[in-house]
Amino acid sequence: MIAQSFQYESPGTLAEAISMLHKYGEEAKILSGGHSLIPMMKLRLATPEWLIDINGIPGLAHIKKEGAVIKIGALTTEAEIEHSDLLKKHFPLFADVTKLIADPQVRNVATIGGNLAHGDAANDHPAVMLALNATVIATGSGGERSIPIDEFFHGFYMTALQHGEILTEIQIPVPPAGTGSAYHKLERKVGDYATAGVAVQLTLDSKGVCKAAGIGLTNVNPIPLRASRSEKALTGKPITDKTIAEAAKYAAEDCSPSSDLRGSEEYKRAMVAVLVKRMINKAAERARG
Amino acid sequence: MLKKITVTVNGTQHVLEVEPRLLLVHMIRELLNLTGTHIGCDTTSCGACTILLDGKSVKSCTILAVQANGKSITTIEGLAPEGGPFTPLQEGFKENHGLHCGFCTPGMILRATELLAHNNNPTEEEIRWGISGNLCRCTGYNNIVKAILYAGAKMRGEALPSTEPEFV
Amino acid sequence: MIQCKTSKEVGGMGHSLKRKEDARFLQGKGHYVDDIKLPGMLYMDIVRSPYAYAKIKNINTEEAMKVPGVVAIITGKDLEKYNLHWMPTLMSDTQMVLPTDTVMYQAQEVCAVIATSKYAARDGREAVKVDYEPMKPVMDPFKSTDPSSPVLRTDKPGKKDNHIWHWQAGDKEKTENVFKNADIVVKQQMHIPRIHVVSIETCGCVADYDKVNHHLTMYMTTQAPHAIRTVIALVAGHVGLSEERIRVVSPDIGGGFGGKVPVYPGYVIAIAVSFLVGKPVKWIEDRSENLQADSFARDYHITAEMAGTKDGKIQATRFKVLADHGYTDAAANPSKFPAGMFSIATGSYDYATAFVEADAVYTNKPPGGVAYRCSFRVTEAVQAIERMTDLFAKKVGKDPADIRMQNFIKKEDFPWKSPTGWTYDSGNYQAGLQKAMDVVGYAALRKEQAEKRAKGELMGIGISTFTEIVGAGPSKDFDILGIKMFDSAEIRVHPTGKAIARFGTKSQGQGHETTYAQIIAEELGIPAENIQVEEGDTDTAPYGLGTYASRSTPTAGAAAAIASRKLRDKARKIAAYLLEVSEDDLEWETGKFFVKGAPEKSKTIQEIVFAAYTNHPQGMEAGFEATHYYDPPNLTFPSGAYICVVDVDKETGGIHVRRFVAIDDCGNIINPMVVQGQVHGGLTQAIAPAMYEEMIYDDEGNILNGSLMDYLVPTAVESPKWETGHIVTPSPHHPIGAKGVGESPTVGGPPAIANAIIDALSPFGITHIDIPITPFKVWKALKEHGAYDK
Repeated sequence: MIAQSFQYESPGTLAEAISMLHKYGEEAKILSGGHSLIPMMKLRLATPEWLIDINGIPGLAHIKKEGAVIKIGALTTEAEIEHSDLLKKHFPLFADVTKLIADPQVRNVATIGGNLAHGDAANDHPAVMLALNATVIATGSGGERSIPIDEFFHGFYMTALQHGEILTEIQIPVPPAGTGSAYHKLERKVGDYATAGVAVQLTLDSKGVCKAAGIGLTNVNPIPLRASRSEKALTGKPITDKTIAEAAKYAAEDCSPSSDLRGSEEYKRAMVAVLVKRMINKAAERARG
Repeated sequence: MLKKITVTVNGTQHVLEVEPRLLLVHMIRELLNLTGTHIGCDTTSCGACTILLDGKSVKSCTILAVQANGKSITTIEGLAPEGGPFTPLQEGFKENHGLHCGFCTPGMILRATELLAHNNNPTEEEIRWGISGNLCRCTGYNNIVKAILYAGAKMRGEALPSTEPEFV
Repeated sequence: MIQCKTSKEVGGMGHSLKRKEDARFLQGKGHYVDDIKLPGMLYMDIVRSPYAYAKIKNINTEEAMKVPGVVAIITGKDLEKYNLHWMPTLMSDTQMVLPTDTVMYQAQEVCAVIATSKYAARDGREAVKVDYEPMKPVMDPFKSTDPSSPVLRTDKPGKKDNHIWHWQAGDKEKTENVFKNADIVVKQQMHIPRIHVVSIETCGCVADYDKVNHHLTMYMTTQAPHAIRTVIALVAGHVGLSEERIRVVSPDIGGGFGGKVPVYPGYVIAIAVSFLVGKPVKWIEDRSENLQADSFARDYHITAEMAGTKDGKIQATRFKVLADHGYTDAAANPSKFPAGMFSIATGSYDYATAFVEADAVYTNKPPGGVAYRCSFRVTEAVQAIERMTDLFAKKVGKDPADIRMQNFIKKEDFPWKSPTGWTYDSGNYQAGLQKAMDVVGYAALRKEQAEKRAKGELMGIGISTFTEIVGAGPSKDFDILGIKMFDSAEIRVHPTGKAIARFGTKSQGQGHETTYAQIIAEELGIPAENIQVEEGDTDTAPYGLGTYASRSTPTAGAAAAIASRKLRDKARKIAAYLLEVSEDDLEWETGKFFVKGAPEKSKTIQEIVFAAYTNHPQGMEAGFEATHYYDPPNLTFPSGAYICVVDVDKETGGIHVRRFVAIDDCGNIINPMVVQGQVHGGLTQAIAPAMYEEMIYDDEGNILNGSLMDYLVPTAVESPKWETGHIVTPSPHHPIGAKGVGESPTVGGPPAIANAIIDALSPFGITHIDIPITPFKVWKALKEHGAYDK
């Protein structure tokens, strides 16, 4: 498996990279971790004429807290996310999700920016970011712009990123005390794309009433899906078997999985319901401490 | 257009002119003739091509040689001097029958090298997840896990576990 | 504990000697075929068909020839000029090397691009434009012989349908009668799915034809170098490649498992190109090509029936097989056994009546039917009998362990004649199962299961007590393309008492360099570490049929023992001469001959060997060498008792293998560590088809999981921690009492897992699910059986 020939650039600054994107036009692709792009190029499903390697650009790999926001640089690898104490403290679901993404070697290279910018509903971070109400920062020739995660995914491999823009950072609001999160996906074997995956973040008050809920679904919809009805079914109510069942039912109804080798549409809907239930329970348990 | 890159492989610096599309694994095997790094798939699945890139285990079939510019690479040939002494992992694999055909072994050992560098006292479960990006079709993994546990004990300077086969 | 006759220093049989071959693999100094680089070497890539069945209207190579580095493109028409466009399969069917007009499966070779680099060859491949006229493929083997299906093999004169062969064993009429009168009959349709060996190294070769000396050196991934040399001579003898001009070298092999027995078109094309251009040509498959085009295994549709009494005595079995061979029968079975050893399907049970029949058909799938870590269709047979035994137990209302104990062939009844004509050499099935039950804690598990069931939790316990049939085989019945299935050893001991031994087999990871040395060490007392073992080079090794079907120890291992004994006979003569006594006055003790009653008067084997070169008796041939070609008197019959414990997640169908206990009986053990390693590995290759692997095609003939992204090879996470042990019942006819073990776990493992999962689901009335049993299939079965009804 060998890619078609291309030209390679490795700019040292973001401005340089953006100007190259403008210069080379649609035939240029950004290379970050490359673990989605290079496999597609080896199969010649992607045949860019230019690769612009942004790995040499400083300032794009970080995990830091600034005020009420956690900022994750686009070039942060899955392994760095997996081992970040800061993320572990605020978002236990990152430990859940990174363990289930591909394998350790891939996680050493694959980046969170690439995972999101690929626009693939089979990837795991889209659902996570939906659950966490993240904001995507894109940088273009006009500077930075913020894209709420709900406006980021447009279609199969399509995102709100314009040509000439580079995803540079993900910002996640630091949740209040009493918040818990969890992620799980069913996979045919370790490292597989999800048969179905569910990310949940819940904030509970001292009485156990759900103040806020975020639920994202992996690989059961053409574009990454927020389970909005499920979130509403929980918000403002105590977490009970009844509200959980309701949330699970809505998520199963609202997604649109396709039948494939991983299972039938019906199976996947049923699995969404099971996982929504399990992840709500797990997130609630974590929220309660 | 060829790109000039500088890479340090097993401690030796090489300046190479490469096509941008040249995969790192092909650079290692074809240009540097280090054939201990193997190719077992075309989908980043099997881990036979695993090497250390600046100390991190990566699959060299999914990285371009140009991406390794300025970096340091360790392959199986660079772990220990020819003829030994072995690293704890090489010894662990030999003593515990952690290999059959040997094809996955270099990748498996390099992956485990990083695993133990992070945590030289992993649980069996951590080892199994830690090598989940490396396929072995021969051993059934029992003895690979045992080999890594052995190497961990050796690195910690503790008494070495028995290398006799355990029968029920 | 295994009793050893030799010291650890000698390292004969029973010692867990660390492997001699490991050092090179651990340092990246293994020498696999893709590591070979010859001066002027060209690279070959292959254009493959996107269609399962299509006419080739045109192959346009114009653009491809313009790609820098591309030197030639070879089509079927080019090969046709030399009559090299077809070749025989090992089953005496025929297979295209390259097509001249029609492609018969997706990913079939269409033409080959030769270039000065791997990258240029791939660019050239992408630039070849082929114009196809797709046709509706025949994908369903059950419809293959319908009159409405097109006849696929129009190349065969007079062929009127897609039927390949019919084969049967046992007594049809007698079986019908037993079934008619039986208290209880159980019947199940099952599919043993099409799977792939997925050795981590794919297939490949470097063909190096020397135009000056008219000599071909073929470095290739083959488990059977000698047989391949003969096949090359048969295919290409007419262009001058006669057998003395061919050297086949099988370097280190990165796993074979039966997938490296056949001759693939790529090898032949590479030879043809090298022959034409006079330069070495390398061809190495991608994984996807390997998965999509190389020989598959299994793919048997079986209608299985068992008859018995209401108190649980098995009386008869009947198996009807439909074998999907793809477009040609490219299996590698012994000639007289088109369905291999499938008639071992009567299993470990004592009954006198059985009938087995099989019909093979063509479809538009890749050819094959290789014996994937399996002695020719034994895996299919064992899956059938072990599933049926459970179904029968269920119907009778007995525990599956009790049914087995009740029906086992008894230890004292060996040699035992099976209703399909085999003579089982030895076994102790009760002891094996009892040991497995004791280790796993069977009674406690059944109790736990009952408690769990009361709470609605799903737990299952599955048993498989299988008998294998390996070591093919006796020359009166066993041949491949007419070549008898003996195997060979040649031992040459140097003056200083160190040795080199060469074999007709070829290790692909089994550890022959260590275990063969141990056999010779056992017989001669020369330390195993001083015995160098070589295989795989047809110029140096004695002729043999190769390594597959667990035959290396039964055949070449036996040859090693007998060649050693020939040397020992010579040693006795020399010792008698040196000690000036009669041969009859000498006694052998490992490593030396001594005078009876005067043990201080002795000569070590090293002293004797030295004398063979320096001071041999007049009239005796100098040197110390022996060769043996071993023709086994019977096959060997390893057996095993496996117990698997699973927990099933009722909501998701998820399956967790909690325990797996494997007790094998492979007769005498050469190296316990290596035997155990074989069992571990085979068990992971058992969980694979039982729960993960299957090659899936759609109606148009597209493979849906043609890469390792979707063909699910288990990792260390899916693979449980195997618990293994053994009992030892030596083979009475084998020189060292060994039986072979490499394939037992792959063969015996899947039904233990399947039986465990079905057992877990049985409270819902579920009695069968075809392997691979996936969470989705479990969920579906549970749903269909009302498990989710409120």
